[in-house]
Amino acid sequence: MKTAVIKFPGTTCEVDVYKALLEAKVDAEIVKFKDFDPDKYEAVVLPGGFSFGDYLRAGSIAASTETMKKVKEMASEGKVVIGICNGFQILVESGLLEGALLPNLNLRFISKWVYIKVVRDDTVLTRGLDKKILRMPIAHAEGRYYHEDVEKAKSLAVFLYSDEFGNVSEKANPNGSLLNIAGIANEEGNVVGMMPHPERASFKLTSPTEETDGLLLFRGLSK
Amino acid sequence: MLYYVELIIMNKDGVRDPEGETIQRYVVNRFTSEILETRAGKYLLFKVNANNQQEAENLVRKLAEEMRLYNPIVHKIEVKVIRSENGSN
Repeated sequence: MKTAVIKFPGTTCEVDVYKALLEAKVDAEIVKFKDFDPDKYEAVVLPGGFSFGDYLRAGSIAASTETMKKVKEMASEGKVVIGICNGFQILVESGLLEGALLPNLNLRFISKWVYIKVVRDDTVLTRGLDKKILRMPIAHAEGRYYHEDVEKAKSLAVFLYSDEFGNVSEKANPNGSLLNIAGIANEEGNVVGMMPHPERASFKLTSPTEETDGLLLFRGLSK
Repeated sequence: MLYYVELIIMNKDGVRDPEGETIQRYVVNRFTSEILETRAGKYLLFKVNANNQQEAENLVRKLAEEMRLYNPIVHKIEVKVIRSENGSN
């Protein structure tokens, strides 16, 4: 899939995402937010960072840009939209995904490797994935997922914070997210948002265990 | 006329507010037991050109809603005109 990696002012992870996509054999390029032409692409990735300084709320200003209107049109046409970390925050702020991402319960910026359990296999990233417990880092201050309707949240969830055996417990919940939710998708599965960073778990050299679980997810875009 | 309109954005009652809880636990509780709860929020102050107070307030409310200055899933807002001055001054 021809994939655009969108850079807003303050986005910081676009090069990492781009390199990881190439590693996963995805045809990708980095595009500045104002130059984005949705007709050229079948998929778009919103990488992490601090778009527009995270002023007001993380992701809220990027969410109101013309660029996100175009991304919304792509999503409604069934094209693929992925948001990682700040990208996930932009997706919930723009209403492309349900719920909200609040400041972490401990009010700290949390940066650490976590395990996440895959609980939906009908999304563009997780379709056909054999491995169900993945390891990758999180790095965020506003990642506490919230939804008014707990049952709805359960049905949207794709990734849950867990331990290495896949047990989903309060202890494995780094930020106070509802139901340990680390990532969700829309019902159709073409719009996926996640707080963990698969691009930082895509190269042996920068992985503590030499595992590259992030690549497994990005390969969903190479099909 | 110029109106100064404040917009306060708070977490809804059911949504936990760790900043307020922390201030309560580590500052307020050390000072008094008479203050039972602290909620933190965000404060914005607008200088608005409008014909009357109601119009100024409505404009800020519309701004907050349509441009999503708050997230209605988790936040509630308060809009208040705090003072006015003659625009020609």
